[in-house]
Amino acid sequence: MRSVFPVLTVLAVIVGLWWAAVAPMNIRPALDIAERSGVAVVPEGSVTRRDVSVWRLMLDNRESIAIGYQLDRPRLPTPSQVGEEFWKTTGEMVAKGRAFSKRSLLYHSWITLRSTFWGFLLGTTFGILGAVAIVYSRVTDMSLMPWAIVSQTIPIVALAPMIIVLSNQVGIDGRGVPKAIISAYLCYFPVLVSMVKGLRSPTASELDLLKTYNASGGQSFWKLRLPASVPYLFAALKVGVAAALVGTIVGELPTGAISGLGARILIGDQFGTPLAIWSALFAAAILAGILVTLIDLIQRAVLPRMGFRT
Amino acid sequence: MTSSLKISANDLSLTFQTNDGPVHALSDVNLDIHEGDFVSFIGPSGCGKTTFLRVIADLEQPTGGSITVNGVSPQEARLARAYGYVFQAAGLYPWRNIGGNIKLPLEIMGFSKSEQQQRVTRVLEMVDLAGFENKFPWQLSGGMQQRASIARALAFDADILLMDEPFGALDEIVRDHLNEQLLELWAKTNKTIGFVTHSIPEAVFLSTKIVVMSPRPGRVTDVIDSPLPKGRPLEIRDTPEFLEVAQRVREGLRAGHSYD
Repeated sequence: MRSVFPVLTVLAVIVGLWWAAVAPMNIRPALDIAERSGVAVVPEGSVTRRDVSVWRLMLDNRESIAIGYQLDRPRLPTPSQVGEEFWKTTGEMVAKGRAFSKRSLLYHSWITLRSTFWGFLLGTTFGILGAVAIVYSRVTDMSLMPWAIVSQTIPIVALAPMIIVLSNQVGIDGRGVPKAIISAYLCYFPVLVSMVKGLRSPTASELDLLKTYNASGGQSFWKLRLPASVPYLFAALKVGVAAALVGTIVGELPTGAISGLGARILIGDQFGTPLAIWSALFAAAILAGILVTLIDLIQRAVLPRMGFRT
Repeated sequence: MTSSLKISANDLSLTFQTNDGPVHALSDVNLDIHEGDFVSFIGPSGCGKTTFLRVIADLEQPTGGSITVNGVSPQEARLARAYGYVFQAAGLYPWRNIGGNIKLPLEIMGFSKSEQQQRVTRVLEMVDLAGFENKFPWQLSGGMQQRASIARALAFDADILLMDEPFGALDEIVRDHLNEQLLELWAKTNKTIGFVTHSIPEAVFLSTKIVVMSPRPGRVTDVIDSPLPKGRPLEIRDTPEFLEVAQRVREGLRAGHSYD
């Protein structure tokens, strides 16, 4: 609870800066509207104004600045506009009993969340299995690790359409599976790297101890390496779940999807409705926050029970 | 000595190949340890005392000479679970409580659940930690953690106990206390103990035999059979006999140290 005040302070500063930034960002469309409605604007003409800095325009047309805060299609919407749009597409829909209509962000969040979940599951599984293979085999260590690193240098946006096309070719309908694969592609890497570190975290004397007991490889895995890696796993899961969400959204962007938060962002961009983009962004951020918090709560329940001090 | 030979090293050598050339960790070490002996290895860093203990435990392979543990090779002795090893750091697994840590070797060695529980209770009493079974390691002081790790080494009834500077990181008051307890435990169990230490008083107070070693190459400079009686109160450290042995250890250390 001690963190509430600093968090709120930072939030207030961000909202304040955002609100202040609306004026310069929206001054040009605001002046266009003002001019059309017959107000005197300095200088006259949209084209002429292109060469004048926004600060100059704001100084010379102070009475028109306010218009920038009420645009239908602002360059930068105000916090309250975004909040209003967000409420309209979430809470209000719920109040009307249409929580899962296609216009509701809850519906789109759910679509994204579902793919994120499968991607996360797939990515985490691959990450953990890969880490075990790397730790236990020198050959995999030298062959798999470089590829894992290379895989993260390929822009996922370039790869996503290919994954869709290929999964269509092998007879997978719909976008659920390819989206989960794209999501897993981003998610597995932090899990892999962290788990390799975690599985290698036992000290030489901890391993020697097991040798004095003549423990088998399986026993040293289950009784030492795996439990020792659990704190690393949780750190990895937090990064991984956020990566899985980003992966899903990116997977929705270039694939012509019509549902999901990524699709909302793309459609908002194509139809010039910045409010839709912004509220979808907020939905994504809130979703990421919820997922990371969820894993944090599980971590807080599990680690102390395992005897780790957190 | 009428008691049987537990550990016997003949011309034992161990050379590590490093990037800076060979390091002679042990050079022609000859040593016999009998059943029920409490043997301390003392010497400056790099004299090979820990390496010697690790060779006994089959954690290092000698490059020359021979060594037997319980009459067989160290590897066979290890596979027969002939010894319990106590490391410098207590090395308790943080995710297991004290009982769980002591059960670790028992689980690996396939003892039944009820046998495990019985042994945990017994060894915890031996090291004076009864009632701490369900505590996690971080809830215990350093001295208690080290006692728990001794209990873990005792749990499977190996008759040799190898201890590598087990009390090195503890303060002197705790150390005195643990030394007394260790002597009591040794008297009760009649185990053969190999004990590595930096401390002259500790070595003299505990041991029936003190092996003084010197570095580069690691070799034995003196083996002192202590004239002190088996039952030793802490006050024995003020007796002339004690000081005489300590003096001999000190001289052995000085003679072996080249101060280069």
